[in-house]
Amino acid sequence: MIQEGIPTMSGELIFRAENLGVTYQSSRGPTPALENFSTEMAKGEFVSILGPSGCGKSTLLKVAAGLLTPSSGVVELAGEPITGPRRDVGIVFQQPTLLKWQTVLDNVLLPIRTLGMDLEVGRARAHDLLRLVELENFERHYPHELSGGMQQRVGIARGLVHDPSLLLMDEPFAALDAMTRENMMIELQRIWMETRKSVIFITHSIPEAVFLSSRVLVLSHRPARILKDVTIDLPLPRTQETLGSARFAELCSELRAMFSQTKK
Amino acid sequence: MNENLKSIFYPLLLLGGLLVLWVFAVRNWGVPNYILPSFESVLGALHRGYIEGAYWKDFGYTLSSMLLGYVSGCALAFIMGMMFAEFRWLERLLYPFVLGLQSMPKVALAPLILVWFGFGIGSKAVMVALVCFFPMFINTAVGLKATDPSLIDLMRAFSASRLQILMRIKIPSAASHIFAGLQISIVLGLIGAVVAEFVSSSHGLGYLINNATTTLDTSTMFAALISLAVIGILGSQIIKFLQRKLVFWENDNDTQVAA
Repeated sequence: MIQEGIPTMSGELIFRAENLGVTYQSSRGPTPALENFSTEMAKGEFVSILGPSGCGKSTLLKVAAGLLTPSSGVVELAGEPITGPRRDVGIVFQQPTLLKWQTVLDNVLLPIRTLGMDLEVGRARAHDLLRLVELENFERHYPHELSGGMQQRVGIARGLVHDPSLLLMDEPFAALDAMTRENMMIELQRIWMETRKSVIFITHSIPEAVFLSSRVLVLSHRPARILKDVTIDLPLPRTQETLGSARFAELCSELRAMFSQTKK
Repeated sequence: MNENLKSIFYPLLLLGGLLVLWVFAVRNWGVPNYILPSFESVLGALHRGYIEGAYWKDFGYTLSSMLLGYVSGCALAFIMGMMFAEFRWLERLLYPFVLGLQSMPKVALAPLILVWFGFGIGSKAVMVALVCFFPMFINTAVGLKATDPSLIDLMRAFSASRLQILMRIKIPSAASHIFAGLQISIVLGLIGAVVAEFVSSSHGLGYLINNATTTLDTSTMFAALISLAVIGILGSQIIKFLQRKLVFWENDNDTQVAA
């Protein structure tokens, strides 16, 4: 059974949104992208935001990153309102968005340099993270020498290098082929198990959301509202076998049913 | 024969064929010398010019007006292109004028520029700078604006300053565009230099060509044209070399630039 509603939370909150609304001013007048969005997220949770394309998922991510000021409502990170860019947030994009003119190691160090953090500490963390994403032998390589999946793993290492309390991922596997995608999913699961970071994961892939998340928020069409808040009870760690399990298939089809309802 | 050798050998073969045709045409078909100089007389002119040294002064004159104009024109265009891309109000203010100026053939300004900047090397350099300006300006502005918005978001999320984003992200991202501008400007700059010399000059390769018309001295014309081609080819190759060294990450998809 899928449990509904906000699950009981133990531990401190990392992210909280209350009646969050974002309205864009376009040439055709105000366009609401996000409406009455309220949720809470506990530290260490992996929350997927699942919704149709163009529903305002990325808007939510921009608000969480402090790149966009909401038109209404409250949004908090670790108990403090988000008023602008914050150093305790990491971002991974749909494309690897690496600096092509810098080595893998320098790319991972970009947040450290930009934030003016201690380079020695950062370098040690970068080495550890590159080992974690299994790219320790590629530190001196340039992005164009790596495959798409490897580049995206560099992106993940870069997202984590400054030890953010919240990692935002915007459809990070969308640009990868199906095989790589599945491997990356398992890889990310392992990374999350090891780091226990709080993650907001934007996706429109149901299997991805079910496999990775502790909770899935299903969003409606624009303006995005939360239709369902689903706790995923699949046992951890999830592996290749999880993908073939009956429970996994069940959760996927239940979500799919909900997802198709949102079209009406 | 491997592909590299072929790409050298084939053009050489064509060049050889054309030379033979040339020599043959002059000797056997009686093409008069004022239409087509003989191969030997062009070689003679080049010998007189560069071994005996009669052309060096003119070669140097054109080369220095070219370099002076090219460097200052491209530098100014780079700075202006950067400001254009960074400040929206500036773009709004200047865009119609930029379009207007761009649509105008710059060489038509040559007489005016000579009046304004005198008949020395200064006016030639200004002419070169003027024709170099636009391709460099447009390429810089377009290149900077084409920066991946996600990269900018990423930097903004780390509270990077505008200057940091410009220096670390936008300029390297625009590097290929900027080099394309530099490449086009070499060829255009040379046109500017020659046109300015045509209008009024007593030095330079353009002057040599212009002067040779009065005596129908086609071998001098050919020799000067070859000299101009050498400047153009060397310039392009230097820029290409720099691009390969500096923008190393885009070598795989080598883009050809048409002027």
